[in-house]
Amino acid sequence: MAEPMLKVDGIDVYYGAIHAIKGISFEVHENEVVTLIGANGAGKSTTLNTIGGLMKPRTGKIEFLGQNISAMPASKVVPLGIALCPEGRRIFQQMTVRENLEMGGYTRPASEIQDTMDEMFGRFPRLKEREKQIAGTLSGGEQQMLAIARALMSHPKLLMLDEPSMGLAPILVDQIFDIIKELHKAGTTILLVEQNARKALQVADRAYVLETGKITLSGTGEELANSDEVRKAYLGG
Amino acid sequence: MSTFLSNLISGVSLGSVYAIIALGYTMVYGIAKMLNFAHGDVIMIGAYMCFVMMFNLNTPAFVGVLIAMAVCTLLGITIERLAYKPLRQATSLSVLITAIGMSYFLQNLAQLIWGANPKSFKSVIPSGGLSLMGGSLKISYVTIVTIIASVLIMVVLTLFVNHTKMGKAMRCVSEDRGAAELMGVNVDLTITVTFAIGSALAAIAAVLMCSAYPTLKPTTGSMPGIKAFTAAVFGGIGSIPGAMLGGILLGVIEILGKAYVSSELGDAFVFAVLILVLLVKPTGLLGKKIHEKV
Repeated sequence: MAEPMLKVDGIDVYYGAIHAIKGISFEVHENEVVTLIGANGAGKSTTLNTIGGLMKPRTGKIEFLGQNISAMPASKVVPLGIALCPEGRRIFQQMTVRENLEMGGYTRPASEIQDTMDEMFGRFPRLKEREKQIAGTLSGGEQQMLAIARALMSHPKLLMLDEPSMGLAPILVDQIFDIIKELHKAGTTILLVEQNARKALQVADRAYVLETGKITLSGTGEELANSDEVRKAYLGG
Repeated sequence: MSTFLSNLISGVSLGSVYAIIALGYTMVYGIAKMLNFAHGDVIMIGAYMCFVMMFNLNTPAFVGVLIAMAVCTLLGITIERLAYKPLRQATSLSVLITAIGMSYFLQNLAQLIWGANPKSFKSVIPSGGLSLMGGSLKISYVTIVTIIASVLIMVVLTLFVNHTKMGKAMRCVSEDRGAAELMGVNVDLTITVTFAIGSALAAIAAVLMCSAYPTLKPTTGSMPGIKAFTAAVFGGIGSIPGAMLGGILLGVIEILGKAYVSSELGDAFVFAVLILVLLVKPTGLLGKKIHEKV
Protein backbone atom coordinates (compact mmCIF):
# COMPACT_ATOMS: atom_id res chain seq x y z
CA MET A 1 0.00 0.00 0.00
CA ALA A 2 1.20 3.52 -0.76
CA GLU A 3 2.40 5.82 2.00
CA PRO A 4 -0.57 7.29 3.86
CA MET A 5 -1.47 10.90 3.16
CA LEU A 6 -1.83 11.61 6.85
CA LYS A 7 -0.05 9.63 9.51
CA VAL A 8 -0.78 10.33 13.16
CA ASP A 9 1.79 8.53 15.26
CA GLY A 10 1.31 8.19 19.00
CA ILE A 11 0.29 11.74 19.83
CA ASP A 12 -0.49 12.98 23.31
CA VAL A 13 -2.39 16.23 23.66
CA TYR A 14 -3.10 18.13 26.88
CA TYR A 15 -5.45 20.94 27.83
CA GLY A 16 -3.38 22.35 30.67
CA ALA A 17 -3.24 19.42 33.08
CA ILE A 18 -5.96 17.41 31.35
CA HIS A 19 -4.62 14.57 29.25
CA ALA A 20 -7.13 14.72 26.39
CA ILE A 21 -5.48 12.48 23.79
CA LYS A 22 -3.53 9.47 24.99
CA GLY A 23 -1.09 8.21 22.43
CA ILE A 24 -3.38 7.70 19.47
CA SER A 25 -2.19 6.59 16.04
CA PHE A 26 -4.12 6.37 12.81
CA GLU A 27 -3.77 6.91 9.10
CA VAL A 28 -5.70 8.43 6.26
CA HIS A 29 -4.90 7.35 2.71
CA GLU A 30 -5.51 9.33 -0.41
CA ASN A 31 -9.14 9.33 -1.63
CA GLU A 32 -10.37 7.72 1.55
CA VAL A 33 -13.17 8.81 3.81
CA VAL A 34 -12.08 8.01 7.34
CA THR A 35 -14.29 8.69 10.30
CA LEU A 36 -13.58 9.04 13.99
CA ILE A 37 -16.56 8.18 16.10
CA GLY A 38 -16.97 8.38 19.82
CA ALA A 39 -18.94 9.95 22.64
CA ASN A 40 -18.77 13.54 23.80
CA GLY A 41 -15.40 14.33 25.28
CA ALA A 42 -13.68 11.34 23.70
CA GLY A 43 -11.17 13.67 22.06
CA LYS A 44 -12.44 13.70 18.48
CA SER A 45 -12.41 17.47 18.01
CA THR A 46 -9.12 17.77 19.86
CA THR A 47 -7.59 15.33 17.39
CA LEU A 48 -8.75 17.39 14.42
CA ASN A 49 -7.68 20.66 16.04
CA THR A 50 -4.23 19.20 16.66
CA ILE A 51 -3.85 18.07 13.05
CA GLY A 52 -5.13 21.46 11.90
CA GLY A 53 -2.45 23.28 13.91
CA LEU A 54 -4.64 24.92 16.56
CA MET A 55 -3.08 22.75 19.27
CA LYS A 56 0.27 21.05 19.56
CA PRO A 57 0.87 17.45 20.58
CA ARG A 58 3.19 17.12 23.55
CA THR A 59 4.61 13.86 22.23
CA GLY A 60 4.23 11.90 19.02
CA LYS A 61 4.31 12.95 15.45
CA ILE A 62 1.91 14.03 12.72
CA GLU A 63 3.05 13.57 9.15
CA PHE A 64 1.25 14.93 6.12
CA LEU A 65 2.51 13.85 2.70
CA GLY A 66 5.78 12.85 4.32
CA GLN A 67 6.28 16.18 6.07
CA ASN A 68 6.33 16.52 9.85
CA ILE A 69 3.59 19.03 10.74
CA SER A 70 3.42 18.36 14.50
CA ALA A 71 4.69 21.77 15.57
CA MET A 72 3.25 23.84 12.73
CA PRO A 73 0.69 26.57 13.38
CA ALA A 74 -2.51 26.55 11.35
CA SER A 75 -1.23 29.34 9.13
CA LYS A 76 1.48 26.93 7.87
CA VAL A 77 -0.69 23.82 7.77
CA VAL A 78 -3.44 25.29 5.59
CA PRO A 79 -1.18 26.07 2.60
CA LEU A 80 0.09 22.47 2.67
CA GLY A 81 -3.43 21.33 1.82
CA ILE A 82 -5.29 20.63 5.06
CA ALA A 83 -8.58 22.37 5.75
CA LEU A 84 -10.63 21.99 8.91
CA CYS A 85 -14.31 22.80 8.88
CA PRO A 86 -14.72 23.33 12.63
CA GLU A 87 -17.37 22.14 15.04
CA GLY A 88 -20.24 24.60 15.34
CA ARG A 89 -19.47 25.89 11.81
CA ARG A 90 -17.84 29.10 13.03
CA ILE A 91 -18.50 31.02 9.87
CA PHE A 92 -17.81 34.75 10.05
CA GLN A 93 -21.31 35.88 10.96
CA GLN A 94 -20.75 39.57 10.34
CA MET A 95 -19.23 39.13 6.91
CA THR A 96 -21.00 38.41 3.66
CA VAL A 97 -21.16 34.95 2.14
CA ARG A 98 -18.72 36.09 -0.50
CA GLU A 99 -16.25 37.43 2.07
CA ASN A 100 -16.44 34.17 4.00
CA LEU A 101 -15.50 32.28 0.85
CA GLU A 102 -12.70 34.72 0.12
CA MET A 103 -11.31 34.08 3.58
CA GLY A 104 -11.42 30.36 2.87
CA GLY A 105 -9.03 31.04 0.01
CA TYR A 106 -6.85 33.29 2.15
CA THR A 107 -3.63 31.37 1.52
CA ARG A 108 -4.15 31.10 -2.22
CA PRO A 109 -3.19 33.61 -4.93
CA ALA A 110 -5.94 36.20 -5.48
CA SER A 111 -6.12 35.31 -9.17
CA GLU A 112 -7.39 31.78 -8.42
CA ILE A 113 -10.07 32.78 -5.94
CA GLN A 114 -12.82 33.64 -8.39
CA ASP A 115 -12.58 30.32 -10.26
CA THR A 116 -12.80 28.32 -7.06
CA MET A 117 -15.65 30.48 -5.89
CA ASP A 118 -17.57 29.81 -9.12
CA GLU A 119 -16.92 26.13 -8.55
CA MET A 120 -18.41 26.42 -5.06
CA PHE A 121 -21.41 28.36 -6.37
CA GLY A 122 -21.92 25.56 -8.89
CA ARG A 123 -21.90 22.98 -6.13
CA PHE A 124 -23.91 25.06 -3.68
CA PRO A 125 -26.34 27.21 -5.72
CA ARG A 126 -27.99 28.49 -2.52
CA LEU A 127 -24.77 30.26 -1.64
CA LYS A 128 -24.74 31.99 -5.02
CA GLU A 129 -28.25 33.30 -4.35
CA ARG A 130 -27.06 34.66 -1.02
CA GLU A 131 -23.64 35.86 -2.14
CA LYS A 132 -24.04 39.42 -0.82
CA GLN A 133 -25.96 38.46 2.30
CA ILE A 134 -24.48 38.69 5.79
CA ALA A 135 -23.62 35.13 6.75
CA GLY A 136 -25.21 35.42 10.20
CA THR A 137 -28.63 35.71 8.57
CA LEU A 138 -28.39 32.34 6.80
CA SER A 139 -30.30 29.32 8.08
CA GLY A 140 -28.41 26.62 9.98
CA GLY A 141 -28.20 24.32 6.97
CA GLU A 142 -27.00 27.11 4.70
CA GLN A 143 -24.40 28.09 7.28
CA GLN A 144 -23.09 24.53 7.32
CA MET A 145 -22.86 24.53 3.53
CA LEU A 146 -21.02 27.82 3.70
CA ALA A 147 -18.63 26.38 6.28
CA ILE A 148 -17.89 23.39 4.04
CA ALA A 149 -17.54 25.57 0.95
CA ARG A 150 -15.26 27.92 2.86
CA ALA A 151 -13.02 25.00 3.83
CA LEU A 152 -12.98 23.78 0.22
CA MET A 153 -11.91 27.22 -1.00
CA SER A 154 -8.33 26.44 0.03
CA HIS A 155 -8.40 23.48 -2.39
CA PRO A 156 -7.44 21.08 0.36
CA LYS A 157 -5.92 17.69 -0.30
CA LEU A 158 -7.38 16.63 3.05
CA LEU A 159 -10.71 17.99 4.23
CA MET A 160 -11.46 17.54 7.92
CA LEU A 161 -15.10 17.91 8.92
CA ASP A 162 -15.95 18.27 12.60
CA GLU A 163 -19.57 17.35 13.36
CA PRO A 164 -21.02 18.70 10.11
CA SER A 165 -24.50 17.39 10.92
CA MET A 166 -24.69 18.89 14.42
CA GLY A 167 -27.91 20.72 15.18
CA LEU A 168 -29.44 20.18 11.77
CA ALA A 169 -32.89 18.81 10.93
CA PRO A 170 -32.86 15.20 9.59
CA ILE A 171 -33.46 16.26 6.01
CA LEU A 172 -30.49 18.62 6.17
CA VAL A 173 -28.35 15.91 7.76
CA ASP A 174 -29.10 13.76 4.71
CA GLN A 175 -28.09 16.65 2.46
CA ILE A 176 -24.80 17.11 4.27
CA PHE A 177 -23.99 13.40 3.93
CA ASP A 178 -24.92 13.55 0.25
CA ILE A 179 -22.39 16.35 -0.11
CA ILE A 180 -19.75 14.24 1.65
CA LYS A 181 -20.45 11.37 -0.77
CA GLU A 182 -20.18 13.71 -3.75
CA LEU A 183 -16.91 15.17 -2.51
CA HIS A 184 -15.59 11.66 -2.01
CA LYS A 185 -16.58 10.71 -5.55
CA ALA A 186 -14.82 13.81 -6.83
CA GLY A 187 -11.64 12.52 -5.21
CA THR A 188 -11.44 14.56 -2.00
CA THR A 189 -9.84 12.82 0.95
CA ILE A 190 -11.97 13.32 4.03
CA LEU A 191 -11.44 12.88 7.74
CA LEU A 192 -14.84 13.02 9.35
CA VAL A 193 -15.75 13.37 13.01
CA GLU A 194 -19.35 12.61 13.79
CA GLN A 195 -21.73 11.89 16.62
CA ASN A 196 -24.12 10.44 14.09
CA ALA A 197 -22.17 7.19 13.98
CA ARG A 198 -24.68 5.33 11.81
CA LYS A 199 -24.46 7.87 9.00
CA ALA A 200 -20.73 8.32 9.38
CA LEU A 201 -20.05 4.58 9.11
CA GLN A 202 -22.22 4.40 5.97
CA VAL A 203 -20.03 6.87 4.09
CA ALA A 204 -16.69 5.84 5.58
CA ASP A 205 -14.13 3.56 3.97
CA ARG A 206 -12.51 3.08 7.35
CA ALA A 207 -13.33 4.13 10.87
CA TYR A 208 -11.75 4.46 14.28
CA VAL A 209 -13.57 4.45 17.61
CA LEU A 210 -12.22 6.93 20.12
CA GLU A 211 -12.94 6.47 23.83
CA THR A 212 -11.60 8.85 26.48
CA GLY A 213 -8.58 9.81 24.42
CA LYS A 214 -7.70 6.34 23.11
CA ILE A 215 -8.50 4.41 19.97
CA THR A 216 -10.32 1.28 21.05
CA LEU A 217 -11.46 -0.16 17.72
CA SER A 218 -10.75 0.26 14.06
CA GLY A 219 -11.83 -1.31 10.82
CA THR A 220 -13.76 -0.65 7.66
CA GLY A 221 -16.97 1.31 8.00
CA GLU A 222 -18.97 -1.84 7.41
CA GLU A 223 -17.03 -3.92 9.94
CA LEU A 224 -17.58 -1.39 12.65
CA ALA A 225 -21.22 -0.87 11.76
CA ASN A 226 -21.69 -4.60 12.29
CA SER A 227 -19.56 -4.96 15.41
CA ASP A 228 -21.50 -5.66 18.58
CA GLU A 229 -19.57 -3.19 20.68
CA VAL A 230 -20.17 -0.33 18.27
CA ARG A 231 -23.80 -1.24 17.87
CA LYS A 232 -24.38 -1.25 21.61
CA ALA A 233 -22.47 1.92 22.35
CA TYR A 234 -23.13 4.13 19.33
CA LEU A 235 -25.91 2.76 17.18
CA GLY A 236 -28.53 2.18 19.87
CA GLY A 237 -28.40 -1.66 19.96
CA MET B 1 -25.42 82.16 16.83
CA SER B 2 -21.84 82.57 15.67
CA THR B 3 -20.60 81.80 19.20
CA PHE B 4 -22.58 78.61 19.17
CA LEU B 5 -21.25 77.67 15.74
CA SER B 6 -17.75 78.47 16.83
CA ASN B 7 -18.15 76.25 19.91
CA LEU B 8 -19.65 73.50 17.82
CA ILE B 9 -16.73 73.58 15.42
CA SER B 10 -14.21 73.51 18.29
CA GLY B 11 -16.13 70.56 19.66
CA VAL B 12 -15.99 68.70 16.38
CA SER B 13 -12.29 69.45 16.14
CA LEU B 14 -11.50 68.27 19.67
CA GLY B 15 -13.78 65.32 19.03
CA SER B 16 -11.84 64.49 15.88
CA VAL B 17 -8.69 64.13 17.96
CA TYR B 18 -10.56 61.87 20.40
CA ALA B 19 -11.86 59.92 17.44
CA ILE B 20 -8.38 59.30 16.01
CA ILE B 21 -7.18 58.09 19.41
CA ALA B 22 -10.35 56.06 19.92
CA LEU B 23 -9.70 54.26 16.64
CA GLY B 24 -6.53 52.87 18.18
CA TYR B 25 -8.39 51.69 21.27
CA THR B 26 -11.25 50.18 19.36
CA MET B 27 -9.13 48.36 16.77
CA VAL B 28 -6.86 46.84 19.38
CA TYR B 29 -9.86 45.86 21.48
CA GLY B 30 -11.66 44.40 18.50
CA ILE B 31 -8.74 42.32 17.35
CA ALA B 32 -6.63 41.53 20.41
CA LYS B 33 -9.62 41.67 22.84
CA MET B 34 -7.69 43.83 25.25
CA LEU B 35 -7.87 47.40 26.52
CA ASN B 36 -4.54 48.99 25.81
CA PHE B 37 -4.46 51.62 28.54
CA ALA B 38 -0.93 52.57 27.50
CA HIS B 39 -2.38 53.96 24.26
CA GLY B 40 -2.69 57.46 25.70
CA ASP B 41 0.98 57.42 26.64
CA VAL B 42 1.99 56.43 23.15
CA ILE B 43 0.37 59.72 22.14
CA MET B 44 2.52 61.55 24.66
CA ILE B 45 5.68 59.89 23.31
CA GLY B 46 4.60 60.86 19.79
CA ALA B 47 4.18 64.48 20.84
CA TYR B 48 7.62 64.52 22.48
CA MET B 49 9.21 62.99 19.39
CA CYS B 50 7.68 65.63 17.15
CA PHE B 51 8.79 68.28 19.66
CA VAL B 52 12.38 67.00 19.71
CA MET B 53 12.56 66.86 15.93
CA MET B 54 11.12 70.30 15.36
CA PHE B 55 12.53 72.32 18.22
CA ASN B 56 15.75 70.55 19.17
CA LEU B 57 16.80 69.37 15.72
CA ASN B 58 15.00 72.08 13.75
CA THR B 59 13.54 69.78 11.15
CA PRO B 60 10.52 70.90 9.15
CA ALA B 61 7.13 70.07 10.68
CA PHE B 62 6.33 67.26 8.28
CA VAL B 63 9.59 65.46 9.14
CA GLY B 64 8.69 65.78 12.80
CA VAL B 65 5.30 64.26 12.15
CA LEU B 66 6.72 61.39 10.10
CA ILE B 67 9.39 60.60 12.69
CA ALA B 68 6.78 60.71 15.44
CA MET B 69 4.64 58.26 13.44
CA ALA B 70 7.59 55.96 12.82
CA VAL B 71 8.67 55.98 16.47
CA CYS B 72 5.13 55.41 17.74
CA THR B 73 4.62 52.55 15.28
CA LEU B 74 7.79 50.87 16.51
CA LEU B 75 6.86 51.60 20.10
CA GLY B 76 3.41 50.08 19.62
CA ILE B 77 4.88 46.94 18.05
CA THR B 78 7.51 46.66 20.79
CA ILE B 79 4.95 47.07 23.59
CA GLU B 80 2.77 44.41 22.02
CA ARG B 81 5.61 41.95 21.50
CA LEU B 82 7.27 42.42 24.89
CA ALA B 83 4.39 43.08 27.23
CA TYR B 84 1.18 41.72 25.73
CA LYS B 85 2.10 38.81 23.48
CA PRO B 86 3.43 36.63 26.32
CA LEU B 87 0.01 37.08 27.95
CA ARG B 88 -2.05 35.93 25.00
CA GLN B 89 -3.43 32.95 26.96
CA ALA B 90 -3.64 34.82 30.29
CA THR B 91 -6.81 36.19 31.88
CA SER B 92 -7.96 39.60 30.71
CA LEU B 93 -7.30 41.02 34.18
CA SER B 94 -3.57 40.24 33.93
CA VAL B 95 -3.43 41.92 30.54
CA LEU B 96 -5.30 44.96 31.85
CA ILE B 97 -2.92 45.35 34.78
CA THR B 98 0.05 44.97 32.44
CA ALA B 99 -1.37 47.72 30.22
CA ILE B 100 -1.76 50.05 33.19
CA GLY B 101 1.79 49.22 34.27
CA MET B 102 3.02 49.98 30.76
CA SER B 103 1.21 53.31 30.92
CA TYR B 104 3.03 54.32 34.12
CA PHE B 105 6.29 53.02 32.73
CA LEU B 106 6.03 55.25 29.66
CA GLN B 107 5.06 58.29 31.72
CA ASN B 108 8.02 57.84 34.03
CA LEU B 109 10.34 57.13 31.15
CA ALA B 110 9.27 60.41 29.55
CA GLN B 111 9.77 62.22 32.83
CA LEU B 112 13.27 60.74 33.09
CA ILE B 113 14.18 61.82 29.57
CA TRP B 114 12.43 65.17 29.24
CA GLY B 115 11.79 66.18 32.84
CA ALA B 116 8.51 66.97 34.56
CA ASN B 117 8.37 70.61 33.50
CA PRO B 118 5.83 71.27 30.79
CA LYS B 119 7.23 72.14 27.38
CA SER B 120 5.41 74.50 25.16
CA PHE B 121 4.66 72.89 21.85
CA LYS B 122 4.44 75.11 18.82
CA SER B 123 1.77 74.29 16.32
CA VAL B 124 2.92 72.38 13.25
CA ILE B 125 0.17 74.14 11.36
CA PRO B 126 0.39 77.85 10.50
CA SER B 127 -1.54 80.01 12.94
CA GLY B 128 -4.42 82.12 11.80
CA GLY B 129 -7.54 80.86 10.14
CA LEU B 130 -10.58 81.54 8.08
CA SER B 131 -12.93 84.40 8.81
CA LEU B 132 -16.53 83.64 8.02
CA MET B 133 -19.86 85.44 8.46
CA GLY B 134 -18.31 88.88 8.18
CA GLY B 135 -15.58 88.15 10.70
CA SER B 136 -17.87 87.00 13.50
CA LEU B 137 -16.91 83.34 13.02
CA LYS B 138 -13.25 82.45 13.01
CA ILE B 139 -12.04 78.94 12.31
CA SER B 140 -8.35 78.30 12.87
CA TYR B 141 -6.30 76.29 10.40
CA VAL B 142 -5.52 73.79 13.15
CA THR B 143 -9.23 73.12 13.49
CA ILE B 144 -9.68 72.70 9.78
CA VAL B 145 -6.67 70.43 9.39
CA THR B 146 -7.75 68.33 12.37
CA ILE B 147 -11.23 67.76 10.99
CA ILE B 148 -9.96 67.00 7.49
CA ALA B 149 -7.29 64.65 8.86
CA SER B 150 -9.78 62.69 10.89
CA VAL B 151 -12.19 62.35 7.97
CA LEU B 152 -9.34 61.18 5.73
CA ILE B 153 -8.14 58.67 8.31
CA MET B 154 -11.65 57.35 8.70
CA VAL B 155 -12.12 56.88 4.97
CA VAL B 156 -8.73 55.25 4.44
CA LEU B 157 -9.16 52.97 7.43
CA THR B 158 -12.61 51.88 6.34
CA LEU B 159 -11.35 51.10 2.84
CA PHE B 160 -8.39 49.23 4.33
CA VAL B 161 -10.50 47.11 6.65
CA ASN B 162 -13.16 46.30 4.07
CA HIS B 163 -11.15 45.81 0.94
CA THR B 164 -7.61 44.68 1.67
CA LYS B 165 -6.55 41.17 2.51
CA MET B 166 -4.99 42.25 5.80
CA GLY B 167 -8.10 44.29 6.63
CA LYS B 168 -10.35 41.30 6.06
CA ALA B 169 -8.04 39.12 8.13
CA MET B 170 -8.39 41.69 10.93
CA ARG B 171 -12.17 41.49 10.80
CA CYS B 172 -11.97 37.70 10.93
CA VAL B 173 -9.60 37.67 13.89
CA SER B 174 -11.89 40.18 15.57
CA GLU B 175 -14.89 37.92 15.09
CA ASP B 176 -13.39 34.49 15.73
CA ARG B 177 -9.68 34.12 16.29
CA GLY B 178 -9.68 30.33 16.04
CA ALA B 179 -11.68 30.27 12.82
CA ALA B 180 -9.39 32.92 11.37
CA GLU B 181 -6.40 30.72 12.17
CA LEU B 182 -8.08 27.85 10.34
CA MET B 183 -8.27 30.03 7.23
CA GLY B 184 -4.48 30.30 7.42
CA VAL B 185 -4.43 33.80 8.92
CA ASN B 186 -1.29 34.54 10.93
CA VAL B 187 -3.01 35.91 14.02
CA ASP B 188 0.14 37.21 15.69
CA LEU B 189 1.06 39.21 12.62
CA THR B 190 -2.47 40.59 12.38
CA ILE B 191 -2.36 41.76 15.99
CA THR B 192 1.05 43.36 15.42
CA VAL B 193 -0.21 45.25 12.38
CA THR B 194 -3.20 46.44 14.41
CA PHE B 195 -0.93 47.84 17.10
CA ALA B 196 1.24 49.46 14.44
CA ILE B 197 -1.72 51.20 12.82
CA GLY B 198 -3.21 52.29 16.16
CA SER B 199 0.12 53.71 17.30
CA ALA B 200 0.77 55.56 14.04
CA LEU B 201 -2.66 57.13 14.40
CA ALA B 202 -1.77 58.04 17.98
CA ALA B 203 1.20 60.03 16.67
CA ILE B 204 -1.05 61.96 14.29
CA ALA B 205 -3.48 62.62 17.12
CA ALA B 206 -0.56 63.76 19.29
CA VAL B 207 0.62 66.35 16.81
CA LEU B 208 -2.89 67.66 16.14
CA MET B 209 -3.74 67.81 19.82
CA CYS B 210 -0.54 69.58 20.83
CA SER B 211 -0.97 72.02 17.97
CA ALA B 212 -4.33 73.02 19.43
CA TYR B 213 -3.44 72.66 23.13
CA PRO B 214 0.28 73.38 23.25
CA THR B 215 1.33 72.14 26.70
CA LEU B 216 3.43 69.02 26.65
CA LYS B 217 4.27 67.04 29.79
CA PRO B 218 4.66 63.34 30.66
CA THR B 219 1.01 63.04 31.64
CA THR B 220 -0.25 64.82 28.52
CA GLY B 221 -1.57 61.60 27.05
CA SER B 222 -3.50 60.21 29.99
CA MET B 223 -6.60 62.45 29.99
CA PRO B 224 -7.16 62.35 26.21
CA GLY B 225 -6.43 58.62 26.37
CA ILE B 226 -9.15 58.03 28.95
CA LYS B 227 -11.57 60.28 27.07
CA ALA B 228 -10.88 58.50 23.81
CA PHE B 229 -11.50 55.21 25.59
CA THR B 230 -14.82 56.66 26.76
CA ALA B 231 -15.50 57.68 23.16
CA ALA B 232 -14.77 54.17 21.95
CA VAL B 233 -17.17 52.68 24.50
CA PHE B 234 -19.73 55.38 23.72
CA GLY B 235 -19.63 54.52 20.03
CA GLY B 236 -19.50 50.78 20.65
CA ILE B 237 -16.09 49.34 21.36
CA GLY B 238 -14.73 47.27 18.49
CA SER B 239 -16.60 49.36 15.90
CA ILE B 240 -14.56 51.71 13.71
CA PRO B 241 -17.42 54.05 12.71
CA GLY B 242 -18.49 53.87 16.37
CA ALA B 243 -15.14 55.23 17.53
CA MET B 244 -15.43 58.06 15.04
CA LEU B 245 -18.98 58.97 16.01
CA GLY B 246 -18.30 58.53 19.72
CA GLY B 247 -15.20 60.70 19.54
CA ILE B 248 -16.86 63.57 17.73
CA LEU B 249 -19.99 63.52 19.90
CA LEU B 250 -17.86 63.44 23.02
CA GLY B 251 -15.79 66.42 21.87
CA VAL B 252 -18.94 68.38 21.12
CA ILE B 253 -20.49 67.46 24.47
CA GLU B 254 -17.32 68.49 26.29
CA ILE B 255 -16.97 71.87 24.57
CA LEU B 256 -20.67 72.76 24.71
CA GLY B 257 -20.81 71.65 28.34
CA LYS B 258 -17.85 73.85 29.16
CA ALA B 259 -19.30 76.80 27.24
CA TYR B 260 -22.89 76.71 28.40
CA VAL B 261 -23.06 74.85 31.68
CA SER B 262 -19.85 75.03 33.61
CA SER B 263 -16.32 75.38 32.41
CA GLU B 264 -15.07 73.29 35.33
CA LEU B 265 -17.42 70.43 34.73
CA GLY B 266 -16.49 69.79 31.08
CA ASP B 267 -14.60 66.61 31.92
CA ALA B 268 -17.36 65.47 34.22
CA PHE B 269 -19.82 65.59 31.31
CA VAL B 270 -17.61 63.26 29.35
CA PHE B 271 -17.60 60.65 32.06
CA ALA B 272 -21.29 61.16 32.82
CA VAL B 273 -21.85 60.19 29.22
CA LEU B 274 -19.85 57.01 29.77
CA ILE B 275 -21.94 56.07 32.79
CA LEU B 276 -25.19 56.82 30.97
CA VAL B 277 -24.21 54.78 27.96
CA LEU B 278 -23.18 51.84 30.09
CA LEU B 279 -26.54 52.00 31.88
CA VAL B 280 -28.78 52.46 28.86
CA LYS B 281 -26.97 50.81 25.96
CA PRO B 282 -23.96 48.85 27.16
CA THR B 283 -22.99 47.90 23.61
CA GLY B 284 -22.57 51.58 22.67
CA LEU B 285 -24.23 53.56 19.89
CA LEU B 286 -23.07 51.39 16.99
CA GLY B 287 -22.07 48.29 18.91
CA LYS B 288 -23.74 45.14 17.74
CA LYS B 289 -24.75 42.06 19.55
CA ILE B 290 -25.10 39.27 17.07
CA HIS B 291 -27.31 36.44 18.12
CA GLU B 292 -26.08 33.13 16.98
CA LYS B 293 -28.44 31.20 14.81
CA VAL B 294 -28.68 27.49 15.29
